[in-house]
Amino acid sequence: MASKDEAKPNTRGWHEIVQDTLKRNQIKLAPYVPDRVLTPLIRSLHEDPFFTTFATAREEEALGVVTGGWMAGMRGIVLMQTSGFATLPNVLASLALPYQIPLIMLISERGTLGEFNIGQVMVCRTMRPILESLAIEHHTIARHDELEFIADRSIKQAIATQSPVALILSPLLTGGKTFTH
Amino acid sequence: MTSARPNAPKVMSRLELTKRLVAKLKHDEAVIGGIGNTNFDLWATGRRPQNFYMFGSMGLAVPIALGVALAQPQRRVIALEGDGSLLMQLGCLTTVGMLKPKNLTIVVMDNGMYQITGAQPTASAQVADFVGIARGCGIANADWALEEASFEGLVERALATEGPSLIAARIDAKPSDATTERDPAQIRDRFMRGIGAKQ
Repeated sequence: MASKDEAKPNTRGWHEIVQDTLKRNQIKLAPYVPDRVLTPLIRSLHEDPFFTTFATAREEEALGVVTGGWMAGMRGIVLMQTSGFATLPNVLASLALPYQIPLIMLISERGTLGEFNIGQVMVCRTMRPILESLAIEHHTIARHDELEFIADRSIKQAIATQSPVALILSPLLTGGKTFTH
Repeated sequence: MTSARPNAPKVMSRLELTKRLVAKLKHDEAVIGGIGNTNFDLWATGRRPQNFYMFGSMGLAVPIALGVALAQPQRRVIALEGDGSLLMQLGCLTTVGMLKPKNLTIVVMDNGMYQITGAQPTASAQVADFVGIARGCGIANADWALEEASFEGLVERALATEGPSLIAARIDAKPSDATTERDPAQIRDRFMRGIGAKQ
């Protein structure tokens, strides 16, 4: 096993790439509603004192926290899964967008590529139409070698243009949540 | 053991209480105004650049205030919220109770109704006790304002001691005479400059 010093950038796991990219962009505030796929990232953020990370009861609440943090000078990101994103249209339309908040959303994609829960499948179908209808920039990240570029550039663009962005982590990248029968 | 809600807290004026609250703010404290009459009466008390006025996103005054409090631990932050709004996002009190930000105070203006939509009763008109709820969520420093002087005393204590804290006040059904300006980008920009996050 290679030491950290010997490790090449492309040997890092997806969650390490996300963590490094957040740090490089001074994204410190990371409230979340948990997701199985995001667990390694959430664990890493909890272990790293650079981050202020905690669970909120709802995704709307996390959006509010990050909005307050941004306005007070601390950059943030909301971590969630597909079904959690579906709870957000009202607060996207009435807070993040009209107040020009660079809301960065990291969404673990459920409901596709081997989903076992029909509810997740159905709610997943609403995600991109909602993003499209609100004209929110979004990228689905499926390739490990594209993750850092997309995440880093999207964060910088969101901040520069004071606009929300959604980074959707495909099961092709994360492995998703699988079932055996 | 006494119950959290006193038997007969005085029913007060939201505008009058908001004036008394704002008069106590001497150190550029941030105030996040929840939607509706709560916000409108905050607007009516003056144009502090440290006030943030919400439009939609009902229920997010406390989460927004929590974000400000975490980002600026040296600044006192007040979430000013109505009963209907807080009921919509009660879970946020558990987050506040868990994180225990020392600089956050929640003020609940409780008239037991969704006044602005037609005065339909909220659960707090009958059963929901915000002080009891807050204590159950881990916000030990939670109290009902018994009358105006009691409200002022609770505000003074909240600003002088380590939080988090919650102050609940029974208010009357009078709608606000004011409305906030409807320019979210300007409200956000002014607030950011008002709390030193933008030059």
